Amino acid sequence: MYVAVKGGERAIRNSHELLAEVRRGDPAVPELSLEQIKQQLKLAVDRVMTEGSLYDPDLAALALKQAAGDAVEAIFLVRAFRATLPRLGYTEPLDTSRMRLWRRVSATFKDLPGGQVLGPTYDYTQRLLDFSLLEPASKAAAPEDERAADAMPRVVDLLDGEGLVERHEPPAGDPDPLDLTREPLRFPAERSVRLQNLARADEGFLLAMGYSTQRGYAHTHPFAGEIRHGAAEVEVIPEELGFPVVIGEVALTECQMVNQFAGSKTEPPQFTRGYGLAFGHCERKSMAMALVDRALRATELGEEVESPAQMQEFVLSHSDSLEASGFVQHLKLPHYVDFQAELELVRKMRRSA
Amino acid sequence: MRDERFNFAFLDERSKRMIRRALLKAIAIPGYQVPFGSREMPLPYGWGTGGIQVTASVIGPNDVLKVIDQGADDTVNAVNIRRFFQRTTGVAVTERAPEATLIQTRHRIPETPLHERQIIVYQVPVPEPLQRLEPREAETRRMHGLAEYGLMHVKLYEDIARYGHIATTYDYPVMVNGRYLTAPSPIPKFDNPKMNMNPALQLFGAGREKRIYAIPPYTRVESLAFEDHPFEVQRWDAACALCGSRESFLDEVVTDDRGGRLFMCSDTDYCAGRQAAKAAAA
Repeated sequence: MYVAVKGGERAIRNSHELLAEVRRGDPAVPELSLEQIKQQLKLAVDRVMTEGSLYDPDLAALALKQAAGDAVEAIFLVRAFRATLPRLGYTEPLDTSRMRLWRRVSATFKDLPGGQVLGPTYDYTQRLLDFSLLEPASKAAAPEDERAADAMPRVVDLLDGEGLVERHEPPAGDPDPLDLTREPLRFPAERSVRLQNLARADEGFLLAMGYSTQRGYAHTHPFAGEIRHGAAEVEVIPEELGFPVVIGEVALTECQMVNQFAGSKTEPPQFTRGYGLAFGHCERKSMAMALVDRALRATELGEEVESPAQMQEFVLSHSDSLEASGFVQHLKLPHYVDFQAELELVRKMRRSA
Repeated sequence: MRDERFNFAFLDERSKRMIRRALLKAIAIPGYQVPFGSREMPLPYGWGTGGIQVTASVIGPNDVLKVIDQGADDTVNAVNIRRFFQRTTGVAVTERAPEATLIQTRHRIPETPLHERQIIVYQVPVPEPLQRLEPREAETRRMHGLAEYGLMHVKLYEDIARYGHIATTYDYPVMVNGRYLTAPSPIPKFDNPKMNMNPALQLFGAGREKRIYAIPPYTRVESLAFEDHPFEVQRWDAACALCGSRESFLDEVVTDDRGGRLFMCSDTDYCAGRQAAKAAAA
């Protein structure tokens, strides 16, 4: 007599033990420390913090170690950890015009107040494998005065002086934005909600959506007004004090795209804006986010909604790596019952055909 | 047994309260999808996070929990979810459907009839029955508001015109309390009649889609049909090879590479109970 496969309990336990062994690899090789991951895989840590919506390099490094370097899995771990943390309060809005900058470039002006600061970037490296890294390198030292620049005005604020770029005043009464980590996404979603969604969105997805806007699927004519990477102070106003107190700094990458706009019945021709922001150093992500943010403003700006990147239900419902990865991979779960039902149906159809 | 480093049932009390408020609204409006602030759970979306959040919000220390997937208690995902609740609540667990106060399920309703002192929690991948016909939520919400379900009737009619019968075998749409078109979750349509006037409270959680809905005890649940094409459930020519049942939903098992097949109950508890009764009688 055939007996169906049993023993899920033991199978899971064995699988966990195998996973631990595979994660660790050859025990003769020294184990990775969190400090190594934080220092030497910094961009992976930054991505996990950004999409994990939690600014904590130690936990992001731990998640990467636990996930054997799988970014999406590490993001999942961080999100599940943060989901039930109590919400103790909200910070004041970050003032990115006062950031301590490590890098700042603009593609719209050759020179501008504060200048172009190239900083650490892969942009102008030649992508040749550097075989010198095969061996542990001696310490690399950069010139001291190139480390960080003082605060400098944002490019869009310079354009704003001429009234050539749209202004984004807070809405009347400056209402609290909906908190997407506490409330479900509803449609139509206002811009503050869309930006929260995009900030947590999968980088690969946003990159492809942003890219599609450059290839005829939504014409937004973008210019990289400014990309800045540096550290911004985080302030809270404790109830018992009533004035802002700095509680720390976060590293950020901010991108302001400026886009051509021919004007409408109520607005003169001017430049519109798309906005991107990420924790740490995530330029690809913040630029793609800015492109998609601008594309999603189509309805507000009276543009025809024709392309996926302009459709909020399409973009916002499919941007989250946890949702996408979970649902795609749930196909691994047993579907015996549904498949049995379909099997019967196909047989029935073939009989009657 | 219980891991004290986590809050009881993992979720913090505020999140549970938020979910219970959504559940109350859902029970008050049978079949209506209530949006809720779904949390990221330590299991992936699509693997039961909605059901897990509902269970976590209603479970108490005296509950007796049963978890099934495809009707079985010992499939790996059911085992994993049961272990999660054992670890975070320490509650008693059972495989016996009548003994459970709380049953979390994926894709089946137990064959043994439920009773009044039970809650059944369904894991729901796609709560919107109209989604395959109209992907825009803003549109489907309007259709529900106006009870405008012509789109679904046309789809079923087209099935009949094309195949001579309705070609939907699972997640077969139901009308709850004569008002809301509702997805029963991907249970086989075989199980649909069990939802009607069921004495147990039926709760539905969709974590990824962030929706909760409910069917209160003794609520009318009708599977969509036409007068000349009444609703029918699957029937098998075979009986269960283990317990001999001809009434239960049967899974087909491939026994060799020469076309050998046999059928057995998808509900392992029901099947084991019948086998034990037969052994006792013999």
